[in-house]
Amino acid sequence: MESAAYKDNKNFHQARWEEPVIFELSTPGERGIFLPTIEPEIEELAGDVFDQMPEGVIRADLPALPEMAQMRVLKHYLHLSQENLGADFNVDIGQGTCTMKYSPKINEHFVRSPKVADLHPLQDEKTMQGTLEILYQTEQFLKSISGLDRFTLQPGGGSQAILAIVSIIRAWVDAKGLADTKDEIITTIFSHPSNCAVAKVKGFKVITIYADPVTGRPDFQAFKEAVSERTAALLITNPEDIGIYNEHIQDFTDLVHAHGGLCSYDQANANGILGITRAKEANFDICFFNIHKSFSSPHGCGGPGSGVVGVKEHLIDYLPVPLISYDQRNERYYLDYDVPNSVGKIKDFYGIVPAIIRAYAWIMSLGARGLLEVARVSVLNNNYVMQKLLQMRGITAPYADGEKRIEQVRFSFEKLKEETGCGFSDVQRRICDFACHIWSSHEPFIIPEPFTIEPTESYSKKELDQYLSAIEQIIEEAYTDPDLVKKAPHNSVIHHVAEHEYLDDPELWAITWRMYQKKYDGYFIRIGVK
Amino acid sequence: MFKLGLIVNPIAGMGGSVGLKGTDGTETLQMALQRGAVPSSPKRAAFVLEKLSSISDKFQLITCPGIMGEDIAKKCDIACEVLKMDVTDNTKPDHTRQAAGMLLQENVNLLLFVGGDGTARDLAAVVGEKHLCLGVPAGVKIHSSVFALSPSYAAEITGGLIRGRKARSRLAEVMDIDEDAFRAGEVKASLFGYLLVPGVERGLQVLKAGSPASESVRQQAIASYFVEEMNNDYLYLVGPGTTTRELLRKIGCEGTLLGVDALKGDQLIGEDLNENECLALIESFSGSGIRIVVTPIGGQGFIFGRGNQQLSPRVISKVGRDGIMILSTPGKLQALQGRPFRLDTGDPILDIKLTGFYRVYTGYRESTYYRVEN
Repeated sequence: MESAAYKDNKNFHQARWEEPVIFELSTPGERGIFLPTIEPEIEELAGDVFDQMPEGVIRADLPALPEMAQMRVLKHYLHLSQENLGADFNVDIGQGTCTMKYSPKINEHFVRSPKVADLHPLQDEKTMQGTLEILYQTEQFLKSISGLDRFTLQPGGGSQAILAIVSIIRAWVDAKGLADTKDEIITTIFSHPSNCAVAKVKGFKVITIYADPVTGRPDFQAFKEAVSERTAALLITNPEDIGIYNEHIQDFTDLVHAHGGLCSYDQANANGILGITRAKEANFDICFFNIHKSFSSPHGCGGPGSGVVGVKEHLIDYLPVPLISYDQRNERYYLDYDVPNSVGKIKDFYGIVPAIIRAYAWIMSLGARGLLEVARVSVLNNNYVMQKLLQMRGITAPYADGEKRIEQVRFSFEKLKEETGCGFSDVQRRICDFACHIWSSHEPFIIPEPFTIEPTESYSKKELDQYLSAIEQIIEEAYTDPDLVKKAPHNSVIHHVAEHEYLDDPELWAITWRMYQKKYDGYFIRIGVK
Repeated sequence: MFKLGLIVNPIAGMGGSVGLKGTDGTETLQMALQRGAVPSSPKRAAFVLEKLSSISDKFQLITCPGIMGEDIAKKCDIACEVLKMDVTDNTKPDHTRQAAGMLLQENVNLLLFVGGDGTARDLAAVVGEKHLCLGVPAGVKIHSSVFALSPSYAAEITGGLIRGRKARSRLAEVMDIDEDAFRAGEVKASLFGYLLVPGVERGLQVLKAGSPASESVRQQAIASYFVEEMNNDYLYLVGPGTTTRELLRKIGCEGTLLGVDALKGDQLIGEDLNENECLALIESFSGSGIRIVVTPIGGQGFIFGRGNQQLSPRVISKVGRDGIMILSTPGKLQALQGRPFRLDTGDPILDIKLTGFYRVYTGYRESTYYRVEN
């Protein structure tokens, strides 16, 4: 018999505390800790310790900290923690593109162990052989998963991995004396915007290929027009964020290679192809994985992230330093700075160790067959959810009509909006009343009223059905009582969330002067308009 | 309090339901009525007002008498101030123009109009580019990009503005076709001007978290890239549009929003040129290269044959396919939802020759290759 608890969450109500900001809770004189008074004998012996300190290190004023007892501080943060829907609370499949899988808690136990947590990144490598071994072994796994020859684990997230990649491309172009001829990078409209941004930061011009309106794959005819001797590199994702796999990917890499360029594979969406396809066989020179999403560590403020970059033999000399190497003669792991054309450091030290340890534990617990099973189940779950959603009124999945998807799908509520007036943002607010969420980042917003669902391998059929039941009810409400949806959420922390437009516009939302400049003036200055 | 101006063109859309492809002109209206046409715009206006009725205490409605607004407001139980003008059952374009002028004098925050391309055209003739307008689509022809995608979107956008939402605004094209030619099976759309509309792409999602860049910032970015790559020994024939105008502004001249201007390098050497003037410039030019710079006009992505007929088949043929440069913001490309750019130069053979892929400037040092079809 099915458990009723899985059916729905229609009586859910989120905790709602009228919690002020912590500074408003301050009471002068209240303290979390009272330090003991100095015993007279000690004071007599030591004298006035402040007298012996350099003047510059003594504060002129007391720090502006809230004055509170420990218990109230604890309550404050517990209240706040109850006012969100974290990955461990809800069926988190609505955060498509983020691969919100279960991160086993035993992995958390490993990284919080004093053996890891108390390490200092500057301590002598002889005293951290165990950690270096884990880093080294993780690299061997990644080489096997991708087919490439060497990895850096240094970048602290996906965008930093892309920065490492384009830095390598820039160093390669310069070292080969091609800077005057190879000044263009080609990417696709559904690739992550960091590809375009970083390419420009590194002095390249960017050509973006749009999707074929029927198949959803990057338009190969347009691509052929774009590739030339000026092409330094191709930065491409496959499957892209719409969940469609480009089976002709090798035609793309072959064409770029024929013109002397490099090919880099953004494998942020690797979850559905682990153990099935590899960067090497698709003729890529470079690839990266987000091991914080595909390999255990949670994505989305659950980080910090870790974007690992792999290259083929001919690009090893350009990798960031240090690499993690093994000295067989002395049987020790060491930080290897012997990389002749290295792009230098992309980040301090040698990687986000907690994320790498979680990935190591995750891969070790699953093994090669387990990784393949992850891919198969995540694709199965995704196509199950897709079939169910497409049976509901008002939902479509643009592109590749009738085709299955890999690990996620970008759907559209446009039909629902046209027929009921309720669009994506209305459903997004209403679904909070069912203890679920759909997030709102679907760049580049080509698909109207978009929402991206990525079920991953972690969720059972019952949990997927629970999520689908919430969507089904909201759609029914949209057709019968649209105001209920439009005025949602009803059972959440706050009643209404600001539209993104407010957050984008520096005139409306910039909580610091720096943010204002970054959003507005900074943009103008960067593009040379002011 | 927010002042909302409302003009309803009560006859807009009547021709369409009875196969007349428009309702411009008294005879067509008579024909539509004889064929049993019923007005659709009052229903659409009522739909919008009903959606706004829950916040009727937050705005002051100013509208035209009788069937041009007052009757609908009363039906929806929304108090309104009525303009002092005569409106009979046989409304004419003059009524729209007169009402628009009076509403501007009332300093309305938003001029909402219910109609089609013809109505938008009447408004553009009076309103200029500084007053915020929004069209509720009710006409047979909707080629202009000044309309919300549907009455539902129009209500949502208007409601947002009334509630104090600060929207970016942008200039959007007012296009109209020659109805007599259209009835004969020929589409000849022209650009009649621009209206300032709220900065949402016809009710589609606006660009969200990814980019703080508004449409106008994108246009400036394209202009910066273009100027960086400009050759001072080239002749540039710059077509109409707000994106191409930004290019002219970047090099310090105002240019003609609706016309074709000529540059030699970054020097303005001709303004608002007609076909013959373009040809004469090309003939007399002794520099090393000639370029035509265009941006897609309207929501349908036409690069030739809509609003830039000065760039005639003869002009285009003289410059050649390789001399065509296209500028487009990503917003315009995205609004096409994968549809190609189109052309309708008036010369079917030339149209076929010009099809294929073109490099399109989309930002600062950013471009794409996009398909053009006839």
